[in-house]
Order: sequence, then C-alpha cells, then structure tokens
Amino acid sequence: MKSTKAILWAGVLASMLVMSSSALAQTVGFSQIGSESGWRAAETTLTLQQAKDRGIDLKFADAQQKQENQIKALRSFIAQGVDAILIAPVVATGWDAVLEEAKEAEIPVILLDRMVDSSDDLYLTAVGSDLVHEGSVAGQWLVDELAGKDCNVVELQGTTGSSPAIDRKNGFEQAISGHANIKLIRSQTGDFTRTKGKEVMESFLKAEDGGKNICALYAHNDDMAVGAIQAIKEAGLKPGQDILVVSIDAVPDIFQAMAAGEANATVELTPNMAGPAFDALAAFMKDGTMPPKFIQTESKLYTQADDPQAVYEQKKDLGY
Amino acid sequence: MPQSDNQPLLRARGLRKVFPGTIALDGVDFWLEAGEVHALLGENGAGKSTLIKCLTGAYRRDGGDILLNGDMIDPKGTIDAQAYGIGTVYQEVNLLPNLTVAENLCLGHQPTRFGMISTRAMNRRAREVLSQFGLDIDVARSLASYSVAVQQVIAIARAVTLSGKVLILDEPTASLDSHEVDLVFGVVRSLRERGLGIIFISHFLDQIFEITDRVTVLRNGRLVGTEATRDIDRVRLVNLMLGRELEQEVRSHGKTHAAAGEPRLTFTGFGRKGSIEPFDLSIRPGEVVGIAGLLGSGRTETAEVLFGVAAHDSGEARRGDGTALRLTSPREAIAAGFGFCPEDRKTDGVIADLTVRENIALALQARIGWMRRIPAREQRAMANDYIRKLDIRTPDAEKPVGLLSGGNQQKVMLARWLVTNPSFLILDEPTRGIDVGAHAEIIRLIEDLCAQGMSLLVISSELDELVAYSHRVIVVRDRHHVAELAGGDITTDNMVRAIAAPEREAIN
Amino acid sequence: MTGLMLFMRRIWPQLMTLAVIVGLISIMFPGFFQISIANGRLYGSPIDILNRGAPVALLAIGMTLVIATRGIDLSVGAVMAICGAVSAWGITEGYGLAATLAMALAAGLACGLWNGILVAVLGIQPIVATLILMVAGRGIAQLITEGAILTFNHEGLIFFGSGSLLTIPTPVIIGVVTGAIVTLIVRRSALGMLIEAIGINLRASTLAGVNTRVLLIAVYMTSGLCAALAGIIAAADIRGADANNAGLWLELDAILAVVIGGTSLLGGRFSLVASMIGALIIQAVNTGILLSGFPPEFNLIIKAVIILIILVLQSPTMRTVLVFFSREPAGASDKDKETVAP
Repeated sequence: MKSTKAILWAGVLASMLVMSSSALAQTVGFSQIGSESGWRAAETTLTLQQAKDRGIDLKFADAQQKQENQIKALRSFIAQGVDAILIAPVVATGWDAVLEEAKEAEIPVILLDRMVDSSDDLYLTAVGSDLVHEGSVAGQWLVDELAGKDCNVVELQGTTGSSPAIDRKNGFEQAISGHANIKLIRSQTGDFTRTKGKEVMESFLKAEDGGKNICALYAHNDDMAVGAIQAIKEAGLKPGQDILVVSIDAVPDIFQAMAAGEANATVELTPNMAGPAFDALAAFMKDGTMPPKFIQTESKLYTQADDPQAVYEQKKDLGY
Repeated sequence: MPQSDNQPLLRARGLRKVFPGTIALDGVDFWLEAGEVHALLGENGAGKSTLIKCLTGAYRRDGGDILLNGDMIDPKGTIDAQAYGIGTVYQEVNLLPNLTVAENLCLGHQPTRFGMISTRAMNRRAREVLSQFGLDIDVARSLASYSVAVQQVIAIARAVTLSGKVLILDEPTASLDSHEVDLVFGVVRSLRERGLGIIFISHFLDQIFEITDRVTVLRNGRLVGTEATRDIDRVRLVNLMLGRELEQEVRSHGKTHAAAGEPRLTFTGFGRKGSIEPFDLSIRPGEVVGIAGLLGSGRTETAEVLFGVAAHDSGEARRGDGTALRLTSPREAIAAGFGFCPEDRKTDGVIADLTVRENIALALQARIGWMRRIPAREQRAMANDYIRKLDIRTPDAEKPVGLLSGGNQQKVMLARWLVTNPSFLILDEPTRGIDVGAHAEIIRLIEDLCAQGMSLLVISSELDELVAYSHRVIVVRDRHHVAELAGGDITTDNMVRAIAAPEREAIN
Repeated sequence: MTGLMLFMRRIWPQLMTLAVIVGLISIMFPGFFQISIANGRLYGSPIDILNRGAPVALLAIGMTLVIATRGIDLSVGAVMAICGAVSAWGITEGYGLAATLAMALAAGLACGLWNGILVAVLGIQPIVATLILMVAGRGIAQLITEGAILTFNHEGLIFFGSGSLLTIPTPVIIGVVTGAIVTLIVRRSALGMLIEAIGINLRASTLAGVNTRVLLIAVYMTSGLCAALAGIIAAADIRGADANNAGLWLELDAILAVVIGGTSLLGGRFSLVASMIGALIIQAVNTGILLSGFPPEFNLIIKAVIILIILVLQSPTMRTVLVFFSREPAGASDKDKETVAP
C-alpha cells in the first residue's frame, strides 16, 4: 500500500509541475558522467523521463567518464544560452572556471548525486543522498526487526577506502550502537561485486560454524547481497529466514530476492535526483526562491511488506 | 702521419678477455694517435667489438692495461669512459628519435635557469655545436625528422662534445648511401684536423682506403698487424683479414674432377632487392660449392635467399627434372629437401635450453607436424646415433645444448639436418669459433656427405678449407656473385684476388 | 619411473608451498579441514579453495602456454567478461544450452584468434597486442549486456557455476579435465617441445622449419578458450554476467600463478600442473585471509607479503643458498647442479 501511494504521489506531483512549468518552457542542459553502472543508467532514464513529464527541453551530454568532456558540454550549454544546467560531476575538483562562466551568464547550475569542491555560491544547489543516513536506515531496520533478540551480524563492505563503504559502515554502526544484543562479528570487503560477495560470504559461513552463528547479513550494496544469498543457499541455509539480509541501493534484482523471501530489506538510493532538482529550479525561476545548498533525497526503506514484485516490475525497465 | 715519438693518445697493452669456452681477446696491443683515423678490421668473431667494449669499459677485461696520454685508466662503463674523453657512436644511432635535436645533444647536461631547463639556451648551444660540424638545421625539430646520416652526425657531435679526445665509430656508414657517407666523412676529417683520435670500424674496403691513416687487423682474438693504410693494398689487407700469406701456393686437391651428371637444382636470376643481386647457380649431386667473400659481401644473404629465410623477389628455382620449386619460407625449403646451418649458431641455430635430443629431433619433428610426435625412444635412438657418429661430446642426450661447447653445438646443428636426410645442405661458416679438433672432424664430415651424394653449399672465410673440399667456388663481393672458380683454379690466391678487386674492375 | 620422478621434482616446490600455506591456515583456523556434504555437494574450506581457484587455474593453463612462447596474454580477464556476457545473452535469448555454450566458447576462440593474429602475423609485441583487447573487451561485454548485470535462471547453465557431479563442484571438474586434456595434447604430441622451442628462440625455430606463426596463433586461441570456460563458470556462479567486474584483474592472478609455478616469463620450459598448483596457492592465500577475520584494509598487504616470500624462496639465488645450507639436493634443479660442475 505504502509503495503504491508513493508512486501516485510522484505522478501527481509530476503532472502538477507539467502545468506550472509549461508556462516557463525551459531548456535545460544535462551533463551525465557516463553509464558505468546500472544505477547511473537508471538515473539517466529517470532524468529524461522527468524532463519530458515537465515539458522541459533537455539537452543530454554523455561525458564517458571524462571531466574535459563535461567542461566542453557545459561551455556548449552556456553558448547555447540554456536556462539551467544539471551536472553529475565525474570528479570533485577543477570546476571553478567553468562554473564562474555559467554564473556570469546567469545560468543556474544544479549538481546531481556528487559534490564539487568549489565555493557553494557557484551553483544553485546540490541534490544527493546522505550515505551515512542510508547506513543508519539499514541499521535501524535491523534494530526494529530484532526487537531485542540477540544477533550476530556479518558485514560485506564496499571497496575498501571508498566513501560509500566508509559512510555506509559508519551509519550502520551508529544505528546499532547502544543495542547490546547486536554484535558485528565479521566485516570484509566484497568490492561491491556479486562474485566477491558470494566468495566472502562462503568464507563467513565456514568461519562461523557453517553459518549457525550468523543471524543477519548487512551488505553495502544489493549486488553483494545477491551473491551472498546464493552462498547462503548453497550452504543449505535459508536466506531471509535463517540469516536476515539487509542491503542498500534498491536495484531491481534485490526485489526479486525479496519477493522470493530471500532478502528482507533494502534502502533506496534513488536514481530520481532530477525530480527534486527540477522542483527547486521551478521555484527559483518562478519567484526567485533560493533552495537550500544541499537537497537530501529520501533514503526510502523497502521491506517484504512493500510488494517487492510490483516494485521490481516498475524498476526493471529503468535501465538498471 | 702523426708523430709517434711522444706518448700515443690511447694505448691498449696486452688486452685479454675470456668468455666461457672462447678467448675473445688474446693479448692484443693497440695504439691510437691524436689526429688520426684508425681502422679496426676483422671478420665476425675476430674481436673488434670486444676490443671496443673493453676500451669503453662496457666489458670488464680479464687482463692488460689501457693508457690515455700515458696514464693508466680503468673505465667502469660507457659513462665513465666519456668522462675520460672516449665517446662511441654505434651503427644503430642510439639517440632518442622522439626528442628534439637540441634535447638529444644536451640530454643529461641541459642548461638550467632557476632549476628549470632553459629551452632557449639549450637550442642556442645546440646550434653552436652543430655549426662546428657544418650542420645548419632546425634543432627544435624531432631527431626522427632528419635522415639517418644527419642523425649519425648529431650522434657524433654529441659524443665529441661529451668526450672530445677519442671517438669510436662502430660501422657508422653501414646504412648510408654514398652521398650520405660523404657527409659523415666530411665531419670525420674535420675532427681529425682538430686532433681527435678516431677508431673507425667498417667492412667497406673502399671506405677504409678513403678515410683511414692506419689499419689494425684482428683475427680470432689476436692482433694480426697494424700498418699504415697507404703502405698496404687490397690483396694484402684481405689476406691479413682471412689469414693467408700472399704466396703463390697452388693447392692441388682431389676434387679437380667436378662431380659429373645433371644438376640436382638450378637457380636462375635468383635474388632479393637490397640483399643479394640476382645470380645463377646450379648444383649437382655429390658436389660441394664453396662461397668466398668478406663479411657483408652477400655470402650469408645468398644462403638466406636460397633457404627462403628472406624470400627471393626475382628468379626461379627448378629441380633437375625441371619441376619448379617454391622457396619463399624455410618450411618450403625444408619440404624440398634443403637444410641450413646458419652462421650465428646462438641466435639462429640451437635452441639453448632444449636438450641435445630435442635439438636434433626439432627439424624432423617440424616437418612431420606437431600431431605425430616422434616417440621418445626413437628420439633417443636418433640422438644417440648421431652423438656417436659425429662424436658429440656430451654426458647424455638430455643435456641442454646451450651448455655444450661451440664445436659440439655445431655438430648438433648438423645432426638436426642429417636426420631429415636432406638432398641439399647449406652450411654458413660451419667451422667458426670451434676448436681445432672439431674443425677437422667437420671438414671430414663435409667430404663424407659429399661422397654419399649430398649436394652442399659451404660458406667460409677459411679459404684453405674451401680449397680443400670445394668442386667449385663462387666469389661474392658487394652483393654480386663476381667470379666462379673451378678445378685447378681454386686457389687461395685467386680467391683473394677476386675478393679484393676494387669496384668495377673486370674479373678474369 | 624416471619420468614420474622428474615430474615430482619439477612440482615439488609448488606442492610444498601449498602444503605450508594450507598448514598455516589450519593452525589459524582449526575447522579448516572439516568437509561435509551439503545439498549433495562437498562443502568445506578446502573445497572452496578448489572451487574458487578453478577460474584462475583455467586461465593459468592458457597463460602458461602463452608465456612459454615468450608472450603474455593480458586480455584473459576481459575475455572472461565477454564470454560470460555471451553465455548470459544466449541463454536469456532462448538459444538453448548447447548453442549458448558453443557461442561462448567460439567467442573465446575468436578473441584468441584476434590476439594471435596481432602477435604472430602483424608482429606486435604480445603485451601491447593483448592490452588492446584487455581495454576494449569490457566495452564489448557491456555492449552485449547493455550495461547492466544480465541475470538468468537457466538451471543447465547455472550447473556450470554451482552444480556438482558426484558431489564434486562442476568448476573443479572443468578445471581438472581441461588441465588433463591440454597436458595430454601438449605432451603426447610434439606441441610442447615446439612451443618451448619458439619461446626459447623464435628465429632458430623458424629456421628449423617450425610453423611458428600457426603455433603462436593456436596458443593464443587456447588461452582464449580457457578464458571462455572461466567466463562461463564466473557468470554461472552468480547467475548473471557482470561486464564491469567479471574476471577483473584475474589476468594478473593468472600470470602470478604461472610465475609461482616456476615457468619463466622469458619463455621456454613450462609445467601446466605447476601453474595450476600456483593458482591454488593464490586462492589458498585469498581464502586464508578471508577466514582469518583481519580487517579488509590488510588484505592486499598480507597477500603481497606472502607472495613476496614465496617468490623469494623460489628465486634461483635463494635455492642455491638453501641447497648450500641443507646439503639436501631435493630443492635443486638440474641447472643448479650443472652450473656447479664445469
């Protein structure tokens, strides 16, 4: 029920905006990093879709992981005199000059998903998720689910040293701190991949008495969780029952696992960064309302109660 | 002629260098005066490059002294040698083609300003240096944009600016045409006038006579002699290099009757551009054809074109019965019953880490194909058979061939081809670098094979040897087959004359 | 008999190393040797080593042959990704198992043919030639999977990753059978000797009439085929083709396996069995680190230190030292003894 409401909400909001913004008939340039992951592809799909819904003429430029391509794209947007620019910056540094140019041309710039190191008066706002918050949502779910029962948790970290791995670990640990019933007994990197997730989970199972010692798995992304679920099954245990599985990202495949009862919860890193960005832009264009410098997207928790099969159907064509 | 009453510029006394199995330099004395161009001559393996490498410290010498202006020096390497004033320029220009001319000239010694390289000062310095060499070129362009000759002059300029006393030129003209040679020679002459001592290595006799003041000839690691260039003629020089005294010794031998019968193979107009000019050759069963010539004359190139190593681009080959032969790769040549023992056993011949057995079986196995492996027992039998027949000194057939001596490696090479039962065997310098005993055995083997009806083409710089076993001898010079001697005409003297004849002089 | 003894002497250092590492793990983790049967399949840490080590062992088979010819194949990781993608694509498009496997193996052979032509016909240095496919290969794989992880649920294909035959995991069987077949072909025919001859001295081999061009291409194609098998296993294991991560950096593990197996990067003499043991040594180290429970920040350092120790112990200098102190000639190779004798 909750999920269908959310979908409705988004739809209604979108159609309202179509009406209000069509009067402004904007042209917006969008410089995307590339398509290095399924999530990134979904972000592109959703941005194009959101622009279409709002009657915005979106000029899309794929940078293929290169900053110079992004800078080139921004300069060309400025030369074309677009009304606003969306950019998902590939790196954090080196943007001052081109952002200054945009500012001089009075074109508002909105950052999507990633931050830059430039002074914050060079862009209108940044839309992104809070990685620490994602981790704590996952941790809080486990705390609530266990309701005080003892539980040994194993953790599959992202790539060692990457900021999602550090922040999602910290957020999770914050959420479970103070709950003596939850113990983090093993933590190892699975490099965000299915293969490594499966291999590391296999070793966790061997090391913890064939898995009898483990009550829950926390994975920094869904792909590792999907790999680990297979390892749990191959060890003769039931993922989702014998071992609870909670992960982050909300990619379509984890919803299939949830529908099959093999995963318990996932926290969404929404690929819809453009929606809030367009909202803020519309308000700014209309009467000059300055948005906050950071717009945090919702880190929505999905559980088996959210009709995972329906969410899967809805997400599977987004390009994940 | 330079003065020799005071100390020579550079002097080597009793230089000795031993490699496992061979004595590369055996007590060589050598001296270089200031203001002379001194030729260093000798066949492959004579010890020229070993001598150079000992002088520049690239090799540690095993004995002897090096004196510069009368002082003992002991260069530890090429950079050390440069510090003493000894610079070297090799045949392949060893500069960096993607850097500019100026950078190449100043590399490692760039003028700096506040710790940064000053390109302007560097270019200015480079222009000054090159103007002394009569070169007025854009030094900011990359080295690769200039011809090999200009690059060679730049290499010389760099060597001279860095060292400035002794300049060693190792075959600097090998890849130049005559106009370019003039350019390099102009530079060499001006350096001589500036008082540098120049060691000049080349195989082109014309160039030796044009540019050098004295010649030193090495053979088999020993000093043969040092003479003033103007006091020596071509015939004598060739004799020194090949080790023959100019005596009218006419050797009569048992091969005056050329092998009779129809030719087994006929090559007409066979040749390859830039390698060997088209030649005609026919060879009969049981006949040994010798090839005489200096290094780089086209003797090895003849063998390589025949065997398909460097495919011929003119002419044709036919069997005795008139059928045409395709000979564009070694595989085709082997299929036609050819065999080839190359001159450089180490790089072209033996497979060092494989055993004696595997080396002997290799060519036969390659001909049969990989699928039908010669059974281990047959391989062993084959190897042991030839170890016995050719008296290969090895503890057993399973010894890696690289650990054997040169002569035994050569016998393994012969065995490799003999097991394929070839009808035509090409031997390039079969007796080079092997001891006296093995030498005699290989010559006896050549005669035996010939008696069994095999056709042989033997290339050798040992003219005595050619006299001993050849029915005919072809003399090669400047990539041409210039003369053919048969029967009683096969004498070392006739060969030396044909080899030494200057260009365009008719050969009788 | 002597053949067997020579063979044992060749793989002795690798076997010893593997035994020492397994011994160390079992000291640290006493439950290591517990093997049970779960879901009709052997289950336990030693099985994990064999199972997880199978892809690298497969890559090491092809890599050994390539390195024996004095080449190197950097593209095997990317070829794994391509062939995994092809198999996932084939099965989801409904081509059926046999056709899908045939297409994946053909893709591997085609990649090998490409590498072989660059090396043997165009004369490009192997490290550069195979770098091209190493870089481009993942792009090709992404084109096939359209940028996403292409998942499938075909039991027949999944069998190659997580199935078992007589309780033995399929990847282990594929690895062992492939190793045995290639060893038989290479050693029962003359291929082994000819490959070694090419690696030691290409020019001399050509002059002896060895068809070096065809053999080089065949060797790179074998490497491609082995990578295809490894790619199928990797995709089947996670029931999906991950173009970005399948086989990532495994080319380096494969090269390391060959080196630990005692085959020189300068080509020549090789041992397939020793290379495969080398792959197991690497996997034993990986599994040991995972079982140890050290924080992941230490993974790479621990692995590097262990590999360093192995390579130092196997280095010719160290062997001479060991022989000198122990006066036990077991560790000495033929060469060591011969260099002592004049």
